[in-house]
Amino acid sequence: MEQILNWVTENQQIIYVVVLMIFVGIEVIGRVPSVLHTPLMSGANAIHGVVIIGAIIVMGKADPDNYLALTLGFFAVVLGMVNVVGGFVVTDRMLEMFKKKK
Amino acid sequence: MTQNILTICYLIASITFILGLKMLSNPASARKGNSLAALGMSIAILGTIFLYKNDETGEYLNNYAWIFGGLIIGGIIGTLAAKKVQMTAMPEMVSLFNGMGGACAALISLVEFNHLAAETTVVISHSKVLIIVVGLIIGSVSFAGSMIAWGKLNGRVNDLSFKGQNILNLLVLALALVLGAYLVMQPHHSLLLYGILLLSLLYGVFFVLPIGGADMPVVISLLNSFTGVAAACGGFLYNNKVMLTGGILVGAAGTLLTILMCKAMNRSLKNVLIGSFGGNNTAVSSGTTSQGHFKEISLSDTAMVMSYATKVMIVPGYGLAVAQAQHSCHELEKILTEKGVEVKYAIHPVAGRMPGHMNVLLAEADVNYEKLLEMEQANEEFSTTDVVLILGANDVVNPAAKTDPASPIYGMPILDVELAKTVIVNKRSMKPGYAGIENELFFQPKTSMLFGDAKKVLQDLCAEIKNT
Repeated sequence: MEQILNWVTENQQIIYVVVLMIFVGIEVIGRVPSVLHTPLMSGANAIHGVVIIGAIIVMGKADPDNYLALTLGFFAVVLGMVNVVGGFVVTDRMLEMFKKKK
Repeated sequence: MTQNILTICYLIASITFILGLKMLSNPASARKGNSLAALGMSIAILGTIFLYKNDETGEYLNNYAWIFGGLIIGGIIGTLAAKKVQMTAMPEMVSLFNGMGGACAALISLVEFNHLAAETTVVISHSKVLIIVVGLIIGSVSFAGSMIAWGKLNGRVNDLSFKGQNILNLLVLALALVLGAYLVMQPHHSLLLYGILLLSLLYGVFFVLPIGGADMPVVISLLNSFTGVAAACGGFLYNNKVMLTGGILVGAAGTLLTILMCKAMNRSLKNVLIGSFGGNNTAVSSGTTSQGHFKEISLSDTAMVMSYATKVMIVPGYGLAVAQAQHSCHELEKILTEKGVEVKYAIHPVAGRMPGHMNVLLAEADVNYEKLLEMEQANEEFSTTDVVLILGANDVVNPAAKTDPASPIYGMPILDVELAKTVIVNKRSMKPGYAGIENELFFQPKTSMLFGDAKKVLQDLCAEIKNT
Protein backbone atom coordinates (compact mmCIF):
# COMPACT_ATOMS: atom_id res chain seq x y z
CA MET A 1 0.00 0.00 0.00
CA GLU A 2 2.70 2.42 1.01
CA GLN A 3 4.61 1.62 -2.17
CA ILE A 4 1.61 2.66 -4.21
CA LEU A 5 1.19 5.89 -2.27
CA ASN A 6 4.87 6.67 -2.70
CA TRP A 7 4.56 5.97 -6.38
CA VAL A 8 1.66 8.42 -6.64
CA THR A 9 3.67 11.13 -4.92
CA GLU A 10 6.74 10.50 -7.04
CA ASN A 11 4.77 10.65 -10.23
CA GLN A 12 2.26 13.29 -9.30
CA GLN A 13 3.27 15.55 -12.17
CA ILE A 14 2.50 12.86 -14.70
CA ILE A 15 -0.74 11.96 -12.98
CA TYR A 16 -1.85 15.59 -13.07
CA VAL A 17 -1.07 15.77 -16.78
CA VAL A 18 -3.09 12.61 -17.43
CA VAL A 19 -6.12 13.81 -15.51
CA LEU A 20 -6.12 17.26 -17.07
CA MET A 21 -5.59 15.87 -20.57
CA ILE A 22 -8.59 13.59 -20.17
CA PHE A 23 -10.74 16.64 -19.48
CA VAL A 24 -9.19 18.62 -22.31
CA GLY A 25 -9.73 15.75 -24.73
CA ILE A 26 -13.40 15.49 -23.83
CA GLU A 27 -13.96 19.24 -23.77
CA VAL A 28 -12.25 19.92 -27.09
CA ILE A 29 -14.30 17.35 -28.98
CA GLY A 30 -17.62 17.85 -27.24
CA ARG A 31 -19.20 20.21 -29.73
CA VAL A 32 -18.14 18.63 -33.00
CA PRO A 33 -20.86 18.41 -35.69
CA SER A 34 -21.39 14.86 -36.95
CA VAL A 35 -20.28 15.84 -40.48
CA LEU A 36 -16.77 16.15 -39.13
CA HIS A 37 -16.65 12.86 -37.25
CA THR A 38 -14.67 11.02 -39.89
CA PRO A 39 -12.01 13.72 -40.41
CA LEU A 40 -11.79 14.16 -36.66
CA MET A 41 -11.25 10.46 -36.09
CA SER A 42 -8.63 10.47 -38.79
CA GLY A 43 -6.92 13.55 -37.33
CA ALA A 44 -6.88 12.02 -33.85
CA ASN A 45 -5.47 8.90 -35.46
CA ALA A 46 -2.57 10.94 -36.84
CA ILE A 47 -1.94 12.61 -33.49
CA HIS A 48 -1.53 9.35 -31.61
CA GLY A 49 1.21 8.68 -34.12
CA VAL A 50 3.26 10.68 -31.62
CA VAL A 51 4.24 7.19 -30.46
CA ILE A 52 6.93 7.55 -33.13
CA ILE A 53 8.89 9.68 -30.64
CA GLY A 54 9.23 6.56 -28.50
CA ALA A 55 10.29 4.55 -31.53
CA ILE A 56 13.00 7.09 -32.38
CA ILE A 57 14.29 7.03 -28.80
CA VAL A 58 14.36 3.21 -28.79
CA MET A 59 16.20 3.20 -32.09
CA GLY A 60 18.69 5.84 -31.06
CA LYS A 61 19.48 4.16 -27.76
CA ALA A 62 19.97 0.73 -29.26
CA ASP A 63 23.45 -0.76 -29.16
CA PRO A 64 24.79 -0.85 -32.75
CA ASP A 65 25.61 -4.56 -32.27
CA ASN A 66 22.20 -5.52 -30.98
CA TYR A 67 20.54 -6.51 -34.21
CA LEU A 68 17.28 -7.65 -32.62
CA ALA A 69 16.75 -4.24 -31.02
CA LEU A 70 17.81 -2.47 -34.21
CA THR A 71 15.44 -4.47 -36.38
CA LEU A 72 12.48 -4.14 -34.05
CA GLY A 73 13.21 -0.44 -33.52
CA PHE A 74 13.50 0.09 -37.25
CA PHE A 75 10.11 -1.49 -37.85
CA ALA A 76 8.68 0.63 -35.07
CA VAL A 77 10.00 3.80 -36.73
CA VAL A 78 8.65 2.79 -40.14
CA LEU A 79 5.20 1.85 -38.78
CA GLY A 80 4.99 4.95 -36.62
CA MET A 81 5.91 7.16 -39.54
CA VAL A 82 3.28 5.52 -41.76
CA ASN A 83 0.75 6.29 -39.02
CA VAL A 84 1.82 9.94 -38.71
CA VAL A 85 2.30 10.87 -42.36
CA GLY A 86 -0.56 8.76 -43.69
CA GLY A 87 -2.88 10.05 -41.01
CA PHE A 88 -2.21 13.72 -41.62
CA VAL A 89 -2.27 13.41 -45.43
CA VAL A 90 -5.52 11.46 -45.46
CA THR A 91 -7.15 13.95 -43.10
CA ASP A 92 -5.99 16.81 -45.27
CA ARG A 93 -7.44 15.14 -48.35
CA MET A 94 -10.79 14.76 -46.64
CA LEU A 95 -10.86 18.31 -45.39
CA GLU A 96 -9.79 19.74 -48.71
CA MET A 97 -13.20 18.77 -49.99
CA PHE A 98 -15.03 20.68 -47.32
CA LYS A 99 -13.82 23.98 -48.73
CA LYS A 100 -16.62 26.45 -49.26
CA LYS A 101 -17.05 27.31 -52.89
CA LYS A 102 -17.59 30.89 -53.89
CA MET B 1 20.64 24.17 -22.79
CA THR B 2 19.66 21.72 -25.51
CA GLN B 3 17.40 19.93 -23.05
CA ASN B 4 15.55 23.17 -22.41
CA ILE B 5 15.04 23.67 -26.12
CA LEU B 6 13.72 20.12 -26.41
CA THR B 7 11.31 20.78 -23.55
CA ILE B 8 10.03 23.83 -25.39
CA CYS B 9 9.68 21.82 -28.62
CA TYR B 10 7.56 19.29 -26.77
CA LEU B 11 5.50 22.02 -25.16
CA ILE B 12 4.81 23.61 -28.54
CA ALA B 13 3.89 20.22 -29.99
CA SER B 14 1.46 19.48 -27.15
CA ILE B 15 -0.23 22.84 -27.61
CA THR B 16 -0.58 22.33 -31.36
CA PHE B 17 -2.20 18.94 -30.74
CA ILE B 18 -4.81 20.46 -28.47
CA LEU B 19 -5.44 23.44 -30.74
CA GLY B 20 -5.44 21.17 -33.78
CA LEU B 21 -8.12 18.93 -32.34
CA LYS B 22 -10.11 21.97 -31.30
CA MET B 23 -9.93 23.45 -34.80
CA LEU B 24 -10.78 20.08 -36.34
CA SER B 25 -14.19 20.29 -34.73
CA ASN B 26 -15.20 23.30 -36.83
CA PRO B 27 -15.64 23.04 -40.62
CA ALA B 28 -14.11 26.46 -41.26
CA SER B 29 -10.88 25.88 -39.39
CA ALA B 30 -10.55 22.09 -39.68
CA ARG B 31 -7.94 22.02 -42.40
CA LYS B 32 -5.73 24.56 -40.67
CA GLY B 33 -6.05 22.58 -37.46
CA ASN B 34 -4.80 19.47 -39.18
CA SER B 35 -1.80 21.29 -40.64
CA LEU B 36 -1.06 22.87 -37.27
CA ALA B 37 -0.99 19.47 -35.55
CA ALA B 38 1.23 18.14 -38.35
CA LEU B 39 3.62 21.04 -37.84
CA GLY B 40 3.74 20.34 -34.11
CA MET B 41 4.44 16.69 -34.83
CA SER B 42 7.36 17.61 -37.11
CA ILE B 43 8.84 19.86 -34.42
CA ALA B 44 8.57 17.07 -31.86
CA ILE B 45 10.15 14.50 -34.20
CA LEU B 46 13.05 16.71 -35.28
CA GLY B 47 13.62 17.89 -31.71
CA THR B 48 13.81 14.30 -30.51
CA ILE B 49 16.26 13.24 -33.20
CA PHE B 50 18.73 16.07 -32.66
CA LEU B 51 18.28 17.16 -29.05
CA TYR B 52 17.28 14.08 -27.06
CA LYS B 53 19.84 12.88 -24.53
CA ASN B 54 19.84 9.45 -23.00
CA ASP B 55 19.01 9.71 -19.27
CA GLU B 56 21.37 6.91 -18.35
CA THR B 57 24.44 7.85 -20.36
CA GLY B 58 23.84 11.52 -21.13
CA GLU B 59 24.66 10.96 -24.78
CA TYR B 60 22.79 12.03 -27.89
CA LEU B 61 21.01 9.37 -29.90
CA ASN B 62 22.91 7.00 -32.18
CA ASN B 63 22.04 5.07 -35.31
CA TYR B 64 21.02 8.09 -37.37
CA ALA B 65 21.22 6.07 -40.57
CA TRP B 66 18.62 3.63 -39.27
CA ILE B 67 16.39 6.37 -37.92
CA PHE B 68 16.35 8.42 -41.10
CA GLY B 69 16.02 5.28 -43.21
CA GLY B 70 12.93 4.33 -41.23
CA LEU B 71 11.47 7.83 -41.34
CA ILE B 72 11.93 8.10 -45.10
CA ILE B 73 10.53 4.66 -45.89
CA GLY B 74 7.59 5.15 -43.55
CA GLY B 75 6.98 8.63 -44.91
CA ILE B 76 6.91 7.43 -48.50
CA ILE B 77 4.61 4.48 -47.74
CA GLY B 78 2.28 6.68 -45.71
CA THR B 79 2.07 9.43 -48.33
CA LEU B 80 1.49 7.04 -51.21
CA ALA B 81 -1.15 5.05 -49.36
CA ALA B 82 -2.96 8.20 -48.25
CA LYS B 83 -2.86 9.81 -51.70
CA LYS B 84 -3.95 6.76 -53.61
CA VAL B 85 -6.81 5.56 -51.44
CA GLN B 86 -10.33 5.98 -52.79
CA MET B 87 -12.62 8.13 -50.68
CA THR B 88 -14.94 5.15 -50.27
CA ALA B 89 -12.12 3.13 -48.75
CA MET B 90 -11.33 5.80 -46.19
CA PRO B 91 -12.53 3.89 -43.11
CA GLU B 92 -10.29 0.95 -44.01
CA MET B 93 -7.34 3.29 -44.39
CA VAL B 94 -7.87 4.91 -40.99
CA SER B 95 -8.10 1.46 -39.46
CA LEU B 96 -4.89 0.38 -41.17
CA PHE B 97 -2.97 3.47 -40.02
CA ASN B 98 -4.30 2.94 -36.53
CA GLY B 99 -3.01 -0.62 -36.56
CA MET B 100 0.45 0.67 -37.54
CA GLY B 101 0.47 2.95 -34.51
CA GLY B 102 -0.57 0.08 -32.25
CA ALA B 103 2.15 -2.15 -33.65
CA CYS B 104 4.68 0.63 -33.13
CA ALA B 105 3.73 0.90 -29.45
CA ALA B 106 3.93 -2.87 -29.00
CA LEU B 107 7.39 -3.00 -30.62
CA ILE B 108 8.65 -0.23 -28.32
CA SER B 109 7.53 -2.28 -25.34
CA LEU B 110 9.30 -5.38 -26.67
CA VAL B 111 12.61 -3.61 -27.20
CA GLU B 112 12.44 -1.74 -23.91
CA PHE B 113 11.75 -4.94 -21.99
CA ASN B 114 14.67 -6.75 -23.59
CA HIS B 115 16.83 -3.76 -22.80
CA LEU B 116 15.66 -3.84 -19.19
CA ALA B 117 16.09 -7.61 -18.86
CA ALA B 118 19.62 -7.43 -20.25
CA GLU B 119 20.77 -5.23 -17.38
CA THR B 120 21.44 -7.68 -14.62
CA THR B 121 23.19 -5.25 -12.32
CA VAL B 122 20.32 -2.85 -11.74
CA VAL B 123 17.25 -3.74 -9.74
CA ILE B 124 14.36 -3.80 -12.18
CA SER B 125 11.69 -1.30 -11.31
CA HIS B 126 8.26 -2.90 -11.10
CA SER B 127 6.41 0.18 -12.25
CA LYS B 128 8.52 0.30 -15.41
CA VAL B 129 7.69 -3.31 -16.20
CA LEU B 130 4.04 -2.62 -15.50
CA ILE B 131 3.98 0.21 -18.01
CA ILE B 132 5.83 -1.88 -20.58
CA VAL B 133 3.35 -4.73 -20.18
CA VAL B 134 0.33 -2.41 -20.37
CA GLY B 135 1.73 -0.76 -23.50
CA LEU B 136 2.38 -4.16 -25.05
CA ILE B 137 -1.10 -5.50 -24.33
CA ILE B 138 -2.98 -2.42 -25.51
CA GLY B 139 -0.73 -1.89 -28.52
CA SER B 140 -1.05 -5.45 -29.78
CA VAL B 141 -4.80 -5.64 -29.17
CA SER B 142 -5.13 -2.42 -31.16
CA PHE B 143 -2.92 -3.75 -33.93
CA ALA B 144 -4.62 -7.12 -34.32
CA GLY B 145 -8.09 -5.61 -33.94
CA SER B 146 -7.42 -2.92 -36.53
CA MET B 147 -6.15 -5.46 -39.02
CA ILE B 148 -9.33 -7.53 -38.62
CA ALA B 149 -11.48 -4.39 -38.88
CA TRP B 150 -9.59 -3.45 -42.03
CA GLY B 151 -10.11 -6.92 -43.48
CA LYS B 152 -13.80 -6.83 -42.62
CA LEU B 153 -14.43 -3.47 -44.22
CA ASN B 154 -12.86 -4.47 -47.50
CA GLY B 155 -14.57 -7.82 -47.42
CA ARG B 156 -11.54 -10.05 -46.90
CA VAL B 157 -12.61 -11.27 -43.47
CA ASN B 158 -16.08 -12.59 -42.71
CA ASP B 159 -18.02 -12.36 -39.50
CA LEU B 160 -17.41 -15.28 -37.26
CA SER B 161 -19.27 -15.98 -34.09
CA PHE B 162 -19.93 -19.14 -32.17
CA LYS B 163 -21.41 -20.11 -28.86
CA GLY B 164 -19.31 -19.27 -25.84
CA GLN B 165 -17.21 -16.87 -27.84
CA ASN B 166 -17.55 -14.10 -25.29
CA ILE B 167 -16.38 -16.39 -22.53
CA LEU B 168 -13.41 -17.56 -24.58
CA ASN B 169 -12.50 -13.94 -25.32
CA LEU B 170 -12.63 -13.02 -21.67
CA LEU B 171 -10.53 -16.06 -20.80
CA VAL B 172 -7.84 -15.07 -23.30
CA LEU B 173 -7.81 -11.52 -21.99
CA ALA B 174 -7.78 -12.68 -18.36
CA LEU B 175 -4.88 -15.03 -19.08
CA ALA B 176 -2.93 -12.21 -20.73
CA LEU B 177 -3.58 -9.96 -17.73
CA VAL B 178 -2.63 -12.65 -15.20
CA LEU B 179 0.60 -13.41 -17.07
CA GLY B 180 1.24 -9.67 -17.23
CA ALA B 181 0.73 -9.27 -13.48
CA TYR B 182 3.03 -12.22 -12.83
CA LEU B 183 5.70 -10.74 -15.06
CA VAL B 184 5.51 -7.44 -13.19
CA MET B 185 6.16 -9.32 -9.94
CA GLN B 186 8.81 -11.63 -11.41
CA PRO B 187 10.42 -9.63 -14.23
CA HIS B 188 13.13 -12.25 -14.81
CA HIS B 189 10.83 -14.65 -16.61
CA SER B 190 11.39 -12.66 -19.75
CA LEU B 191 10.01 -15.31 -22.12
CA LEU B 192 6.58 -14.69 -20.62
CA LEU B 193 6.51 -11.42 -22.50
CA TYR B 194 6.13 -13.27 -25.80
CA GLY B 195 3.28 -15.29 -24.33
CA ILE B 196 1.56 -12.05 -23.39
CA LEU B 197 2.18 -10.67 -26.86
CA LEU B 198 0.64 -13.74 -28.47
CA LEU B 199 -2.41 -13.75 -26.19
CA SER B 200 -3.00 -10.03 -26.75
CA LEU B 201 -2.85 -10.45 -30.51
CA LEU B 202 -5.25 -13.35 -30.23
CA TYR B 203 -7.59 -11.29 -28.09
CA GLY B 204 -7.50 -8.45 -30.62
CA VAL B 205 -8.58 -10.88 -33.34
CA PHE B 206 -11.29 -12.53 -31.24
CA PHE B 207 -12.54 -9.17 -30.02
CA VAL B 208 -13.32 -7.79 -33.46
CA LEU B 209 -14.23 -11.01 -35.34
CA PRO B 210 -17.82 -11.40 -34.08
CA ILE B 211 -18.73 -7.72 -34.42
CA GLY B 212 -20.89 -7.01 -37.43
CA GLY B 213 -19.73 -4.80 -40.29
CA ALA B 214 -22.27 -2.11 -39.42
CA ASP B 215 -20.58 -1.54 -36.09
CA MET B 216 -17.05 -1.34 -37.49
CA PRO B 217 -16.81 2.47 -37.21
CA VAL B 218 -17.47 2.25 -33.50
CA VAL B 219 -14.81 -0.42 -33.16
CA ILE B 220 -12.27 1.56 -35.16
CA SER B 221 -12.91 4.62 -33.06
CA LEU B 222 -12.47 2.56 -29.91
CA LEU B 223 -9.23 1.01 -31.17
CA ASN B 224 -8.11 4.50 -32.09
CA SER B 225 -8.40 5.56 -28.48
CA PHE B 226 -6.64 2.33 -27.41
CA THR B 227 -3.63 3.27 -29.52
CA GLY B 228 -3.72 6.70 -27.90
CA VAL B 229 -3.41 5.08 -24.48
CA ALA B 230 -0.63 2.80 -25.74
CA ALA B 231 1.25 5.90 -26.93
CA ALA B 232 0.73 7.49 -23.53
CA CYS B 233 2.35 4.41 -21.93
CA GLY B 234 5.46 5.32 -23.91
CA GLY B 235 5.17 8.77 -22.41
CA PHE B 236 5.19 7.27 -18.92
CA LEU B 237 8.14 5.10 -19.79
CA TYR B 238 10.39 7.90 -21.02
CA ASN B 239 8.83 10.59 -18.87
CA ASN B 240 8.10 12.21 -22.21
CA LYS B 241 5.37 14.83 -21.95
CA VAL B 242 4.49 15.13 -25.61
CA MET B 243 3.78 11.41 -25.94
CA LEU B 244 1.82 11.57 -22.73
CA THR B 245 -0.32 14.56 -23.70
CA GLY B 246 -0.83 13.43 -27.30
CA GLY B 247 -1.69 9.89 -26.28
CA ILE B 248 -4.06 10.74 -23.46
CA LEU B 249 -5.69 13.48 -25.53
CA VAL B 250 -6.52 10.99 -28.28
CA GLY B 251 -7.47 8.34 -25.73
CA ALA B 252 -10.02 10.65 -24.11
CA ALA B 253 -11.29 12.24 -27.32
CA GLY B 254 -11.49 8.86 -29.06
CA THR B 255 -13.49 7.38 -26.23
CA LEU B 256 -15.93 10.29 -26.33
CA LEU B 257 -16.20 10.02 -30.11
CA THR B 258 -16.95 6.31 -29.73
CA ILE B 259 -19.73 7.10 -27.28
CA LEU B 260 -21.15 9.80 -29.58
CA MET B 261 -21.26 7.29 -32.43
CA CYS B 262 -23.03 4.74 -30.26
CA LYS B 263 -25.53 7.42 -29.28
CA ALA B 264 -26.23 8.17 -32.94
CA MET B 265 -27.25 4.53 -33.30
CA ASN B 266 -29.01 4.57 -29.95
CA ARG B 267 -27.03 1.65 -28.64
CA SER B 268 -24.72 1.27 -25.72
CA LEU B 269 -21.07 0.45 -26.18
CA LYS B 270 -21.55 -2.76 -24.25
CA ASN B 271 -24.29 -3.77 -26.64
CA VAL B 272 -22.04 -3.17 -29.63
CA LEU B 273 -19.14 -5.12 -28.19
CA ILE B 274 -20.99 -8.07 -26.74
CA GLY B 275 -24.23 -8.10 -28.68
CA SER B 276 -22.58 -9.09 -31.98
CA PHE B 277 -25.26 -7.19 -33.81
CA GLY B 278 -24.95 -7.98 -37.51
CA GLY B 279 -23.49 -11.40 -36.84
CA ASN B 280 -26.00 -13.92 -35.61
CA ASN B 281 -29.33 -12.15 -35.23
CA THR B 282 -30.22 -12.51 -38.87
CA ALA B 283 -32.29 -15.63 -38.49
CA VAL B 284 -34.35 -14.22 -35.65
CA SER B 285 -35.45 -11.05 -37.36
CA SER B 286 -35.94 -12.16 -40.92
CA GLY B 287 -38.67 -14.50 -39.82
CA THR B 288 -40.71 -11.84 -38.08
CA THR B 289 -41.53 -9.62 -41.02
CA SER B 290 -43.62 -10.91 -43.86
CA GLN B 291 -42.30 -10.89 -47.38
CA GLY B 292 -45.32 -9.11 -48.85
CA HIS B 293 -45.45 -7.52 -52.26
CA PHE B 294 -43.31 -4.74 -53.54
CA LYS B 295 -43.87 -2.47 -56.46
CA GLU B 296 -41.31 -1.90 -59.16
CA ILE B 297 -40.99 1.37 -61.00
CA SER B 298 -39.42 1.91 -64.39
CA LEU B 299 -36.68 4.38 -65.11
CA SER B 300 -38.83 6.63 -67.27
CA ASP B 301 -41.58 6.75 -64.67
CA THR B 302 -39.01 7.72 -62.07
CA ALA B 303 -37.71 10.46 -64.32
CA MET B 304 -41.22 11.72 -64.85
CA VAL B 305 -42.12 11.72 -61.16
CA MET B 306 -38.93 13.48 -60.21
CA SER B 307 -38.94 16.19 -62.83
CA TYR B 308 -42.49 17.22 -61.95
CA ALA B 309 -41.85 17.30 -58.24
CA THR B 310 -41.34 20.53 -56.31
CA LYS B 311 -39.04 19.11 -53.73
CA VAL B 312 -36.85 16.03 -53.90
CA MET B 313 -34.90 14.62 -51.01
CA ILE B 314 -32.03 12.24 -51.71
CA VAL B 315 -31.09 9.74 -49.01
CA PRO B 316 -27.63 8.39 -49.79
CA GLY B 317 -26.37 5.21 -48.18
CA TYR B 318 -23.41 2.95 -48.43
CA GLY B 319 -24.72 1.45 -51.68
CA LEU B 320 -24.08 4.82 -53.30
CA ALA B 321 -20.55 4.82 -52.02
CA VAL B 322 -19.83 1.29 -53.19
CA ALA B 323 -21.10 2.11 -56.66
CA GLN B 324 -18.91 5.26 -56.71
CA ALA B 325 -22.05 7.10 -57.71
CA GLN B 326 -21.53 10.36 -55.81
CA HIS B 327 -20.64 12.25 -58.99
CA SER B 328 -23.67 10.95 -60.90
CA CYS B 329 -25.74 11.86 -57.89
CA HIS B 330 -24.51 15.44 -58.03
CA GLU B 331 -25.21 15.45 -61.77
CA LEU B 332 -28.82 14.42 -61.11
CA GLU B 333 -29.10 17.17 -58.51
CA LYS B 334 -27.89 19.78 -61.01
CA ILE B 335 -30.26 18.66 -63.76
CA LEU B 336 -33.21 18.66 -61.41
CA THR B 337 -32.29 22.07 -60.03
CA GLU B 338 -32.15 23.46 -63.58
CA LYS B 339 -35.70 22.22 -64.00
CA GLY B 340 -36.73 24.20 -60.94
CA VAL B 341 -36.89 21.27 -58.54
CA GLU B 342 -35.59 21.85 -55.04
CA VAL B 343 -33.09 19.12 -54.23
CA LYS B 344 -31.65 18.35 -50.83
CA TYR B 345 -29.79 15.49 -49.22
CA ALA B 346 -30.84 13.85 -45.97
CA ILE B 347 -27.81 12.48 -44.17
CA HIS B 348 -28.25 10.00 -41.38
CA PRO B 349 -25.51 10.28 -38.75
CA VAL B 350 -24.27 6.78 -39.48
CA ALA B 351 -24.87 6.75 -43.24
CA GLY B 352 -21.97 5.12 -45.05
CA ARG B 353 -19.56 3.26 -42.91
CA MET B 354 -18.45 5.99 -40.55
CA PRO B 355 -20.27 8.97 -39.16
CA GLY B 356 -19.59 11.82 -41.55
CA HIS B 357 -18.37 9.43 -44.25
CA MET B 358 -21.24 10.35 -46.56
CA ASN B 359 -20.51 14.05 -46.18
CA VAL B 360 -16.91 13.41 -47.21
CA LEU B 361 -18.04 11.46 -50.27
CA LEU B 362 -20.57 14.06 -51.39
CA ALA B 363 -18.11 16.86 -50.76
CA GLU B 364 -15.72 15.03 -53.07
CA ALA B 365 -18.37 15.29 -55.78
CA ASP B 366 -18.66 19.06 -55.17
CA VAL B 367 -22.09 18.91 -53.60
CA ASN B 368 -22.81 22.17 -51.85
CA TYR B 369 -22.33 21.90 -48.12
CA GLU B 370 -25.62 23.69 -47.41
CA LYS B 371 -27.68 21.12 -49.29
CA LEU B 372 -26.77 18.43 -46.80
CA LEU B 373 -29.37 18.20 -44.06
CA GLU B 374 -28.69 16.48 -40.79
CA MET B 375 -31.24 14.00 -39.56
CA GLU B 376 -33.31 16.35 -37.37
CA GLN B 377 -33.62 18.99 -40.10
CA ALA B 378 -34.42 16.37 -42.71
CA ASN B 379 -37.13 14.80 -40.59
CA GLU B 380 -38.84 18.18 -40.31
CA GLU B 381 -38.81 18.58 -44.08
CA PHE B 382 -40.00 15.15 -45.18
CA SER B 383 -43.67 16.05 -44.77
CA THR B 384 -43.28 18.79 -47.41
CA THR B 385 -41.27 16.58 -49.75
CA ASP B 386 -42.75 15.12 -52.91
CA VAL B 387 -40.23 12.46 -53.77
CA VAL B 388 -37.65 10.75 -51.60
CA LEU B 389 -34.97 8.93 -53.56
CA ILE B 390 -33.16 6.37 -51.44
CA LEU B 391 -29.84 5.37 -52.92
CA GLY B 392 -28.42 2.23 -51.41
CA ALA B 393 -29.52 3.05 -47.87
CA ASN B 394 -31.49 0.53 -45.89
CA ASP B 395 -31.24 0.26 -42.14
CA VAL B 396 -31.29 4.03 -41.59
CA VAL B 397 -34.79 4.21 -43.12
CA ASN B 398 -36.15 1.00 -41.62
CA PRO B 399 -39.39 1.73 -39.71
CA ALA B 400 -38.78 -1.40 -37.62
CA ALA B 401 -36.47 0.78 -35.55
CA LYS B 402 -39.62 2.51 -34.30
CA THR B 403 -42.28 -0.14 -34.44
CA ASP B 404 -40.73 -3.52 -33.75
CA PRO B 405 -39.22 -3.94 -30.27
CA ALA B 406 -37.86 -7.34 -31.32
CA SER B 407 -35.74 -5.83 -34.07
CA PRO B 408 -32.03 -5.54 -33.37
CA ILE B 409 -32.10 -1.93 -34.51
CA TYR B 410 -35.12 -1.03 -32.36
CA GLY B 411 -34.66 2.44 -30.88
CA MET B 412 -32.16 3.68 -33.46
CA PRO B 413 -33.24 7.11 -34.73
CA ILE B 414 -34.16 6.87 -38.40
CA LEU B 415 -35.05 9.15 -41.28
CA ASP B 416 -38.85 9.35 -41.46
CA VAL B 417 -39.04 8.97 -45.21
CA GLU B 418 -42.58 7.62 -45.10
CA LEU B 419 -43.81 11.15 -44.32
CA ALA B 420 -43.07 12.14 -47.92
CA LYS B 421 -45.59 11.66 -50.71
CA THR B 422 -43.59 9.13 -52.71
CA VAL B 423 -40.61 6.99 -51.86
CA ILE B 424 -38.39 5.52 -54.55
CA VAL B 425 -35.81 3.03 -53.39
CA ASN B 426 -32.81 2.17 -55.51
CA LYS B 427 -31.17 -1.10 -54.52
CA ARG B 428 -29.37 -3.79 -56.37
CA SER B 429 -31.73 -6.49 -55.16
CA MET B 430 -34.20 -7.26 -52.39
CA LYS B 431 -31.41 -8.55 -50.20
CA PRO B 432 -31.46 -7.20 -46.64
CA GLY B 433 -29.00 -4.47 -45.68
CA TYR B 434 -25.89 -4.43 -43.59
CA ALA B 435 -27.58 -5.31 -40.34
CA GLY B 436 -29.19 -8.28 -42.05
CA ILE B 437 -32.81 -7.39 -41.38
CA GLU B 438 -35.84 -7.06 -43.61
CA ASN B 439 -37.17 -3.59 -44.25
CA GLU B 440 -40.95 -3.28 -44.34
CA LEU B 441 -40.65 0.16 -45.90
CA PHE B 442 -40.07 -1.61 -49.21
CA PHE B 443 -43.47 -3.26 -49.01
CA GLN B 444 -45.47 -0.13 -48.25
CA PRO B 445 -47.89 1.16 -50.90
CA LYS B 446 -46.06 4.50 -51.10
CA THR B 447 -42.81 2.84 -51.95
CA SER B 448 -41.57 1.82 -55.37
CA MET B 449 -38.42 -0.13 -56.06
CA LEU B 450 -35.94 0.86 -58.74
CA PHE B 451 -33.48 -2.00 -59.08
CA GLY B 452 -29.96 -1.65 -60.41
CA ASP B 453 -26.47 -0.44 -59.66
CA ALA B 454 -26.71 3.07 -58.22
CA LYS B 455 -24.26 4.62 -60.67
CA LYS B 456 -25.83 3.16 -63.78
CA VAL B 457 -29.33 3.97 -62.62
CA LEU B 458 -28.38 7.57 -61.86
CA GLN B 459 -26.68 8.05 -65.21
CA ASP B 460 -29.68 6.65 -67.07
CA LEU B 461 -31.97 8.74 -64.92
CA CYS B 462 -30.04 11.92 -65.80
CA ALA B 463 -30.29 11.13 -69.51
CA GLU B 464 -33.96 10.34 -69.17
CA ILE B 465 -34.77 13.55 -67.29
CA LYS B 466 -32.92 15.64 -69.88
CA ASN B 467 -35.22 14.20 -72.52
CA THR B 468 -38.49 14.89 -70.74
